[in-house]
Amino acid sequence: MSAVLEVRGIEKQFGGLRAVDGVSFDVRQGEIVGLIGPNGSGKSTLFNCILGQFEPTAGEVMLDGCRVTGLRPSQLNRLGVGRTFQLLQVFPRLTVRENLILAGQEHQGSMLGRLFGARDAGLSAEAERTIEFFRLAHLADARAGGLSYGQQKLLDVAMAFMAGPRLVLLDEPAGGVNLTMLADLRERLETVNRERGATFVVIEHNMEFVMALCSRILVLAEGRIIAEGKPHEVRRNPKVIEAYLGH
Amino acid sequence: MRSGLAWAAVAVAVLALALAPLGLGRYDVYILTLWLVTAVAALGVNLIVGYAGQETLAQAAFLGIGAYTSALLAKAGVPFGLAFFAAGGISFAIGLAIGFPALRVQKHYLAFVTLAFSVFVWLVIRNEEWLTGGVMGLKDIERPSLFGASLRPHRLFFWFVLAIAAALTFAMWWLVRSPWGRAFTALRENPVRAESLGVNVRRYTLLAFAIGSAYGGFAGALYAPLVEFIDPAPFALGPSLLFLLMVVVGGSGSFAGPFVGAAVAVLLPEWLRFAESYYLLIYAALVILMMAFCPTGLVGLAGRLWSLRRRPARMAEDEGARALGEAKP
Ligand SMILES: Nc1ncnc2c1ncn2[C@@H]1O[C@H](COP(=O)(O)OP(=O)(O)OP(=O)(O)O)[C@@H](O)[C@H]1O
Ligand SMILES: [Mg+2]
Repeated sequence: MSAVLEVRGIEKQFGGLRAVDGVSFDVRQGEIVGLIGPNGSGKSTLFNCILGQFEPTAGEVMLDGCRVTGLRPSQLNRLGVGRTFQLLQVFPRLTVRENLILAGQEHQGSMLGRLFGARDAGLSAEAERTIEFFRLAHLADARAGGLSYGQQKLLDVAMAFMAGPRLVLLDEPAGGVNLTMLADLRERLETVNRERGATFVVIEHNMEFVMALCSRILVLAEGRIIAEGKPHEVRRNPKVIEAYLGH
Repeated sequence: MRSGLAWAAVAVAVLALALAPLGLGRYDVYILTLWLVTAVAALGVNLIVGYAGQETLAQAAFLGIGAYTSALLAKAGVPFGLAFFAAGGISFAIGLAIGFPALRVQKHYLAFVTLAFSVFVWLVIRNEEWLTGGVMGLKDIERPSLFGASLRPHRLFFWFVLAIAAALTFAMWWLVRSPWGRAFTALRENPVRAESLGVNVRRYTLLAFAIGSAYGGFAGALYAPLVEFIDPAPFALGPSLLFLLMVVVGGSGSFAGPFVGAAVAVLLPEWLRFAESYYLLIYAALVILMMAFCPTGLVGLAGRLWSLRRRPARMAEDEGARALGEAKP
């Protein structure tokens, strides 16, 4: 299987702080990769470098073998890369349905087509399916800002899938989500992975969630990858245990 | 059903407006026309500030650009239709350029950039006498004619402006309801998330400025033949601030807001004529009171009163639910 995402020697410096310090890894088509590490180890910064949110100090990112370093986030998204942020990011004054249509509309037709064409950009049916799929049906016409934290989190994740991305980077999707919903979320992600062949990279502190969901895990500490492998291997790795327990 | 009612209400409103001059004197018709022209410019500010969440303190400058463009072209014998679109087109292009700083700076800094532009335009109008007549202004601006008939009479010109304002309002309504409108709202609410969902934030920001400024230009092209004499004063910084105030008073980000805000701005000086120089003081006090008690503007206030009257019980329930931090079912 070929690599969808190749990360080559990414570095990110904030003043004197080297938040990401030469990270390289590959993600193959259809994989679900977990990215774990202590607070402040550079996980979110790494995501932001991959996704064009930050300009990396050094290193390259390849998508399907093409160099995409320096592209803006919107360009990467239109190439089929979806994401969520660590902090919840929905559009509070739009309804759930409007949030989802917004998440897909820039993938439909041309700029002028979006001005003169249908108000829903032809996405009503897809929005409806996504709403059903993420079990938000009774909330379709509620303003996103009025939803509970967990519901907004689900919406946030759902938005990342509206445009049918091939690769999705999720930054702590399980944070603040209750246990029942958590199992549900995991099942949703596995279904998208299986049925649409979507590839995931997931940052998560909830070990149970990560270990159950991911086929491979990368461990970041102080901006470097210190371990990589199957969930049960990583769990027993002394370097990982040390990084988590402190020195 | 509901949208059918809304359309009927709009049709009645436009019809009432069209009939209004029949019962009004010359001066009142002039004031009504001025209100429409002002509302068109305010619609543009509402797009930039209310929908897209940017800042502009330059709408009077665009009004000036539109007014001088159309007046100068009219004097050169160019037909009004062409001059009108030239005024909008030039404002669109300059608005696009004004949008570039918005890609780098935000909020107050952006306001200062547009403020500087506003002063710049005013200085050009005042100082480039060979073109603009300087402080002496441009006199005897002719009103256009339609199918060979001059629109000099006040009522005819009002109807002409009403038709154009209605078309521009419909275009704006279409725009804010289209996916573009949704993208503009996304810029206001969360540009970072919008960008991550494929929304080209740069492009939409520039477009918001360009289209909003073009509305200023269009309004200017109507303003010049309305007043028939233009000088630099109405295009200075003060009036630009008033445009922003209109949008805030009317209800920033509400579609009807600019019409309400423009009505207050145009009519209040007339009603408060007895107060003379105290008029601005009273206006300012009203604005402060409103911002304190109803930050959603007059349209928001009307909406609140309306729903209070219609379903007091539901409202109380909603408020209660919100107080308890519960989501609405
Ligand atoms: N914009 C920024 N400017 C300066 N320093 C930053 C910035 N963003 C992150 N950092 C620093 O980079 C380091 C890594 O932060 P990052 O958010 O990537 O950690 P993380 O692994 O995602 O942590 P957590 O698990 O708590 O989310 C931290 O020391 C942080 O303070
Ligand atoms: Mg993080």
